[in-house]
This record gives sequence, C-alpha cells and structure tokens, in this order.
Amino acid sequence: MSTTAPPPTITRTRTTEWPQIVLPIATLALGILAWDLVVRVKDIPPFILPGPGLVAVTLASDWTLLWDSLLVTLATTFAGLALALAGGVGLAILFNQSRLIEHSLYPYAVILQVTPVVAVAPLLLVYLPQQAAVLACAWIVAFFPILANTTLGLNSVDRNLVDLFEIYGASRIAVLLRLKLPAALPYMLGGLKIAGGLSLIGAVVAEIAAGSAGAGSGLAYRIAESSYRLNIPRMFAALILLSITGIAIFLALSLLSFLVLRRWHESAIAGEQ
Amino acid sequence: MLSINAPPATNAPIVTLHGVAKRFANGTLALEGFDLAIRNGEFVSLLGPSGCGKSTALRLIAGLGEPTSGSISWSGAESSRRRNGLDVGFVFQEPTLMPWTTVFRNVMLPLALEGVDHGVATQRVSQALERVGLASFRDAYPRELSGGMKMRVSIARALVTDPPLLLMDEPFAALDEITRFRLNDDLLELWRTVGYTVIFVTHSVFESVYLSNRIVVMTPRPGRVFAELTVDAPYPRDESFRTSAEYARCCRIASRTLSRAMEGMS
Repeated sequence: MSTTAPPPTITRTRTTEWPQIVLPIATLALGILAWDLVVRVKDIPPFILPGPGLVAVTLASDWTLLWDSLLVTLATTFAGLALALAGGVGLAILFNQSRLIEHSLYPYAVILQVTPVVAVAPLLLVYLPQQAAVLACAWIVAFFPILANTTLGLNSVDRNLVDLFEIYGASRIAVLLRLKLPAALPYMLGGLKIAGGLSLIGAVVAEIAAGSAGAGSGLAYRIAESSYRLNIPRMFAALILLSITGIAIFLALSLLSFLVLRRWHESAIAGEQ
Repeated sequence: MLSINAPPATNAPIVTLHGVAKRFANGTLALEGFDLAIRNGEFVSLLGPSGCGKSTALRLIAGLGEPTSGSISWSGAESSRRRNGLDVGFVFQEPTLMPWTTVFRNVMLPLALEGVDHGVATQRVSQALERVGLASFRDAYPRELSGGMKMRVSIARALVTDPPLLLMDEPFAALDEITRFRLNDDLLELWRTVGYTVIFVTHSVFESVYLSNRIVVMTPRPGRVFAELTVDAPYPRDESFRTSAEYARCCRIASRTLSRAMEGMS
C-alpha cells in the first residue's frame, strides 16, 4: 500500500515516454516471433537460417569465446575513438589557429574520409602490424566527424563575444580556452556520437579483412571464421552482440553529451510547457 | 530648456574624435568627418536612423577596429589605461553572455581576463551584481533569466572593472517597453551614484531625451554629426519627467532635428 502519490512530473514523463519504450520492444518481439515461425513452418535447416531459440542457446554456450572476442573489439573501438577524439579536436584547433595549416591539410582529411575504409584495410594490413592496422582503420573512419564538427563549432562563436574578448585584451589562448572551446563543445559531442558508431564499424571492417589473412580474435573475426565453418548460429550470436555493442556505445555517448550540456545547451534541455 | 548646437563647457573631454572616417572592406563608407568630444561625467546619446554609423563610431571608441582616417585621442590617465582595455565597459544590443557558465562567472570574465586575484574579483563581482539587483541570481545560467535580467547581467559585467566610460549600443532595443523603462531608470540611478561617463547609441528619440544631457543627432550614411542638443532638464528624472510637457517639447524638437538630418538639410 503506497501512501504517497508520485510527483506529477514523473507521471507526465511516463506517459510521454511509455510508447517510446514499449513499441520498439513489441516490434522486436513480433519480429522474433515471425522469424521463429518461418524457420519452423518452412523447416529451414540451421546452417541456412537458425531459429531465434538456437541463436540464444549458441550465445549462451559460446559465451566465453564471444565475450573475450567482444573485449578485443571493444578495446580497439575505444582506443580508435580516443585517438580520433584527440586527433579530431587537435586538428580542428590547429586549423582554427592557422589558415595555412588548414588549407594544406584539410583536403587530405576529406580524402581520408571519402576513401572507403574496406578498400584501405587490406593495404594497411600489409604495411602495419595487425593490431595497429585495425586501430588505424577505427581511427580513420572516426576522426573525421569529430574534426568536421569541432571545426564548425570553433567557427560558430558569437561575434559579439569575440568583440568583447578583444575589448578586454584577451590573449589568443584565453579566447581559445574560455570562448571557442566551450562554444564548440556541443558540436564536438555531436561529432563524438557519430564517431562512436563509426569507430566500431572501422574496427569490424579491419578485423574482417585481417580475418581472411588468418589472424585475429575480435568479434568480427569470429563472424568471418564462423562463416567459413558454416556455423551460422554463432554468426548470428556474434552479430547480435555487435549490434548491442553499437547501441550501448551510442547510448553511453548520448548520456555523456546530456550530462555535459544539461545546464545550458538547448539540445539537452527538456521543453517545459 | 533645450538648446541646439550649444554643448555645455563643463569638464575637459576624456575622449575626442577628430574627423574620423571609416570605410569597410566592402566599400561602405560608414562615417566621414565625424567630430565628437565626450566630457567627463556626461550622458551622451548618439541618435540616428539605422545604418547611420552610430554603432561604428561606438566600436571605434571601444578599440574595435581602426578609423580609416582621422584620430581618436584620450585625455591624461585614460591614454595609458586604454591599451589594456580597462577603461571602457561595453554593452551590446544583445546580452552577449556565455551560455555555458553562470551569471557570476559571466560577470567575472573581464577580471579573469585581466588576471585579477580571485578573492578580489569575487568581491567586485558580488558588488556589481548587487548594483544591478541580481545578487540572488549569481549561480543561475543565462538561459534561466528573462531578457531584462540578462541585460542587467551584461551591464554588471560592463561595470565590474569600474570603467570611467560606459559604451552602450542600443542595449534596450529588443526589450518590451515596461522592462525598458525600468532599465532606463536603473541606468540613470547607477550613472548618478557611481559617476561614470556614458555614450548611449539609440534610434529612439524618447529614450535619448529621457536619459541624456546631450544628444548627438547623426546624418544617414556616411554618418557625421548633424546637430547637438542639450537637454537641460534636471536629474533625477523619473515618471513625472516622462509625462511632463517639458519632456514632450524636448522630444518634439529632437524628433524634428532627426527628420531634418534624414532629409540631408544642414
């Protein structure tokens, strides 16, 4: 028996968010049900399409193997993301401070971005040790959104605030630290959110490419390996684990963005009516 | 009580503009042959139509950009302080606050940039916030404040360095009338009690008459001084001045002068 009614704000939040949580879950449940039905009714063999039950069983029975692989892929993804953050923000600051450097390097940052990483990965594997090549792939795809967004942010500073800093004789470093970087923070976090997913993609692409060379132990390598062995249930299990990882990275970075910006930026402030 | 082209010969000028011209990179000639002397303790309004170069003149005085020709000279002590920017406070048309930090840290910015000791700075920021009646909002973020309160923060920031000269670029133009009247009164009160010099850019005849003891009417672009009006009405000015026949008469004269300036009649 509860004595206190929930505060009205919570009730309102629940009513607005309730369909957002329940509807995707219902869709998922329906999808799994349909998947299961198709496999049963058509009597499809597991090496072509395993049913959801078998995938779940495989996920549990191969858990140790898959979990270790997941940790390898995660380590690559986060190392790539960290390097991308450092490289992207660092380059953006450099570009912002010097037109000369910007004009010299920016086209090559774009070229790096538009060249498909799938095509670059085999070459990197020739020239770099495997771990470094995988990391390089994750970095290449992840750094550009951070660079592009941070550059945009650094250039989107309120003109009047720039004038104000000039009136008070602020140094270049003070303008950068007290004005430009805080103003660029929302853009930077937006870039980071995109880069998180891309870093995972870069790591996976490189692992797959490396997998055909016969070495590696990441989650994507498990997928490639299972494919050669026609272990389709394990492929599905690894794929699901990768999806969940991608979602988790996105949610974690969204949460980070919200926590950093919640006091001041429009994107993190709930509409109050 | 209102005389034309007869500025009072009171104090020595603190800043003088001699034949200042400003041409922008795109070829626009914003100011030409602009002469103006601002004396210590004055409340001067620059009155003119949009685009007449009054904001440009204010920015040049603040040290934002250099005049294309002519010169700006400062008296005595100010000429040396000028270099580190401590002698002017600037209030923009928008509040121009940093949204990512608190009211307190926004007001502290000029002192932080100057490298003023934190303890001293804290005290001065508190004092500045008290002056504009926002002492209890020191930890609020700008987005949590109303338009009028943001403008008060902006004024507190301009005053925190105790500048002898306060430059205001249509600071109340975007506010509703009730808020504007209140801020006008509060600004006059601050000016009388603290005793700095104000250059106030506006396109409102009524605002300029209410606030200033001298109105500089400017011609359309390229801006130059068309006429100077002295408003002799005594301070403190309040609601009774705003509704007086004297105020209406001054506004009529200022308005007529502005119309003549816009027709280009010298």
